Amino acid sequence: MKFLYLTAGIALVLSTIFDYKKTIKALKVAWKKFSKILPGYIKILIIISIVLLISEDTIVYYLGGNSQWLGLLSGLILGSVTMMPGFISYPLAGILVEKGVSYMVVAAFVTTLMMVGVATYPVEKEYYGHKATIIRNVASFIIAAIIAIAMGLFYGEVL
Amino acid sequence: MTNKNKINLGVFIIFTLFIASSFILDISIGLKMWGNFKIFAWDMIKLLPPAFILIGLFNVWVKRETIEDNFGHSSGIEKYFWSILLAATTVGGTFVAFPVGNELYHKGAQYKSIFAYVTSASLVMIPMSIIEASILGLKFTLIRLGVSLPLVIISSVLLGNYFEGIEYKLPKQK
Repeated sequence: MKFLYLTAGIALVLSTIFDYKKTIKALKVAWKKFSKILPGYIKILIIISIVLLISEDTIVYYLGGNSQWLGLLSGLILGSVTMMPGFISYPLAGILVEKGVSYMVVAAFVTTLMMVGVATYPVEKEYYGHKATIIRNVASFIIAAIIAIAMGLFYGEVL
Repeated sequence: MTNKNKINLGVFIIFTLFIASSFILDISIGLKMWGNFKIFAWDMIKLLPPAFILIGLFNVWVKRETIEDNFGHSSGIEKYFWSILLAATTVGGTFVAFPVGNELYHKGAQYKSIFAYVTSASLVMIPMSIIEASILGLKFTLIRLGVSLPLVIISSVLLGNYFEGIEYKLPKQK
């Protein structure tokens, strides 16, 4: 986050030194783009606040079941529909591993959490259109499944 | 006001009223939703302003040729390198990668680069990978990254070819 502010700050200063008018134009462009997509981000916030009613206990319960493959499927689906900031998701992943959930299932969960965004649909479709959004998410779901299974193989959890 | 905007506003008002009444009537689900809302809202408030300032500067300063040369048709295999490098250093994951990808497209980047960028923005971010390794172990992160990179490239070639083939156009944000 600091890195982002630093980059934006330095870029803004340099831009102002080189061309003041162009910088004003850039800020206008930034504001226009931001205000246009703002409703999309607010929609994501509302969706997430509802989706995250799924408690951590529920997630531990579904991912920690006896069947590896059922756990994998639950991990992929729960990761796809929910969304969490890193400071919540990684400690949660740590708890899952401690509770004996396999690395394969944890990988399925954290990877889809980042890659597949059912909740981010309102913003993604504004930038990529319905078709590309749906296809990208389906492809990401498959990629996440491959990564998870590979993880299971490397850790010797499957086969 | 368009119909879509009316629906959006309606949903927002219902949500706000529900949260407000949750405070008065002590409805635990509503209070929990407010807690979730706050965490993410704060994240976005911190993240989006600097991200959009950079997008604005990118928009006025970066020449179309530069993007075409590095992310477009005049770029060969190196466009994957640049796309993945850009993604690895993008802070904020897909929240920020979505608008940036769209911006790249309108400056002349190919679909292959865009998909490589957006996909790796959720897989190979450096700050995220460091946190992950510290909690789940370096082995976990290295396997995940090692498996991810070839998948990023394969999938972006397939998706890129498909979307170029059907002459798909991304929406333009004015």
